[in-house]
Amino acid sequence: MQLISCPWCGPREEVEFSYGGQAAVAYPEHPAALTDEQWARFVFFRDNPKGPFAERWVHAAGCRRWFTAVRDTRTHRFVSPSEVTS
Amino acid sequence: MTTPTPPGAHLPEHPDHLWTTAEPRKSYDVVIVGGGGHGLATAHYLAKNHGITNVAVLEKGWLAGGNMARNTTLIRSNYLWDESAGIYEHALRLWEGLEDDLGYPILFSQRGVLNLAHTEQDVRDSMRRVEANKLNGIDAEWLGPDEVAKVCPIVNVSADIRYPVQGATFQPRAGIAKHDYVAWGFARRADEAGIDIIEHCEVTGFATDGDRVTGVRTTRGDIAAGTVALCAAGHTSVLLDMLGVPAPLQSHPLQALVSELLEPVHPTIVMSNAVHVYVSQAHKGELVMGAGVDAPVGYGQRGAFHVIERQMAAAVELFPVFARAHLLRSWAGIVDVTPDASPIVGATPYDNVFLNCGWGTGGFKATPGLGWAFADTVAHGRPHPLVAPFGLDRFVTGALVDEHGAAAVAH
Ligand SMILES: Cc1cc2nc3c(=O)[nH]c(=O)nc-3n(C[C@H](O)[C@H](O)[C@H](O)COP(=O)(O)OP(=O)(O)OC[C@H]3O[C@@H](n4cnc5c(N)ncnc54)[C@H](O)[C@@H]3O)c2cc1C
Ligand SMILES: [Zn+2]
Repeated sequence: MQLISCPWCGPREEVEFSYGGQAAVAYPEHPAALTDEQWARFVFFRDNPKGPFAERWVHAAGCRRWFTAVRDTRTHRFVSPSEVTS
Repeated sequence: MTTPTPPGAHLPEHPDHLWTTAEPRKSYDVVIVGGGGHGLATAHYLAKNHGITNVAVLEKGWLAGGNMARNTTLIRSNYLWDESAGIYEHALRLWEGLEDDLGYPILFSQRGVLNLAHTEQDVRDSMRRVEANKLNGIDAEWLGPDEVAKVCPIVNVSADIRYPVQGATFQPRAGIAKHDYVAWGFARRADEAGIDIIEHCEVTGFATDGDRVTGVRTTRGDIAAGTVALCAAGHTSVLLDMLGVPAPLQSHPLQALVSELLEPVHPTIVMSNAVHVYVSQAHKGELVMGAGVDAPVGYGQRGAFHVIERQMAAAVELFPVFARAHLLRSWAGIVDVTPDASPIVGATPYDNVFLNCGWGTGGFKATPGLGWAFADTVAHGRPHPLVAPFGLDRFVTGALVDEHGAAAVAH
C-alpha cells in the first residue's frame, strides 16, 4: 500500500488519510466584492495538473492534523517532503 | 457427451476491414481531438447528419484505448433532472437502433438495471427519481425487496445484512453493450464516409489568432483546422491549460475489475450507491464490477487496492454466491469529474473551439446521443438544445445540474 508521510507521525498507510484537494486556496478577502465569475472560480475551479500538485491531506485515523504535500499526479509519488503548514 | 462451447464462441466475427490508417493532411474543416467513443461518434454524425467529411480524428494512443476500452458499459437513462433525461434518453433511443445504423454487431443487451435503496433516505430519493423519470417518459418503476429478488434472484434481500435492501428502482430498457465493438463500428462508418482516423498523433499545442484557433500542433506535425472539437475525456484539462481556458474538472483514477468466466448467474445490472458497488455479467461470462473514483487527482491509470477491496466486500455481502469467484483482472481509466456530476459541453472563449468533457464516470451510455448533439453543435457553431444546459457558464450562473444522487457510484 502507498505510504504517506505525516509530518508529525512519519510514514503511514494511505488508508489513514483523507484527501483535501488543491492546497493554498484562500478564502476571498472581500467576499462581498467578488463578481459571480470570481465566486465561481473560488467555489468550483481547481487546478488539475498532470504532474506535481500541492495538495492538502489530513491524517484522519492518526493525529488528525492537516498538512500540505506535493505529489506527482502521474505516478502518485510524493515529490517533496510534507511541509508543516497546519 | 458434447463438448461445452468455449466462452465467447458465440460472439460475432469481425468484418475484414475496419478502418484505414490515415496519414495526417495539412488541413481539415474539423479536427476532433481524442479517438474515444465520443470523438468517433461525433465524427460519424458529422458525416451522416451534416455531410461534413473533411474531418480528422486525432488520437494520441491507439483507437479507443482510453476510457472507451476501460468502462463497464452500463447504459441507462434514469437520471433525476430534465436536462439529463433529455440527453441520456436521446442516447438510449439511439442505442436501440445503433446496430442497424452502424451495420455492426454491438451486442446491446437490454437486461434492465436495479438501483438498490438501503436506507429510508435512499427510498425517498429513489421514489422521487422514479416519478421524475416517468414525467420525462422514461421507463422506471419502484420495486420492493421481494420484487427485487424476482428480477435478480442472487441478490441477498434478507434483513440480516449490514445494509438490508429496502427496495430498488428498475429501468427495464437499461443494458450493456460491447464497448470496443461500439468504437470500431463508429470508426468503420466514419472511415467509409472519408473521415481520417489518425492514431499515435498527440495534440501538443494550438496555433491561435485572436479569438480563433487556426490549427493544432501535434507529434506528427502542424494541422490547420476550421473548427476544433475537444473529446479528450480525462486529459481535457491538459489541453485547456494550453489554451489558457480554466474549467472545473478534476481527473481521477476509476477502477473496475472482472472475475473469471462463469455460467450465466446474473440476469440484470445491480447498482448500490450506499454500499458502493455495481455488478453485471458480460456476454462471455465475467462478472464486471466497479465503484466510485479514487479520491486523489491522478493521471496514472492506476488506482489503489483498498478501493477495490472495499467494493469486493460490498459485492460479497450483496451476492453471497460470489464468495468463491476469483478476481481475474483489475484496471483503471482516468475520468474527468465536475462539481455537479454532469458533463460540460458547448462553447469556449475561442469562437471555433467546442468543448465536450466532464462525463466523469458515466459517459459511455451517452456516446451516440452526445455524438449526435455535439456534431450538430460543431456543424452549426452553437450548442444543440440537448447540450445547451451543460455549458461551462453554468458554474457562473449557478444553474447546476446536480446528478450526484444518480451518478456517484452508479455509472
Ligand atoms: C473503469 C471505468 C468504468 C466506467 N463505467 C462506465 C459505465 O458503466 N457506463 C458509462 O456510461 N460510463 C462509464 N465510464 C465512463 C466512460 O468510459 C467515459 O465517460 C467515456 O468513455 C468518455 O468518453 P470517450 O469514450 O470519448 O473517452 P476516452 O475513450 O477516454 O477518449 C478520450 C481520448 O482522447 C485521447 N487524448 C487525450 N489527450 C489527447 C491529445 N492531447 N491528443 C490526442 N488525443 C488525446 C485519449 O488518448 C483518449 O483515447 C467508465 C469509465 C471507467 C474508467
Ligand atoms: Zn499524523
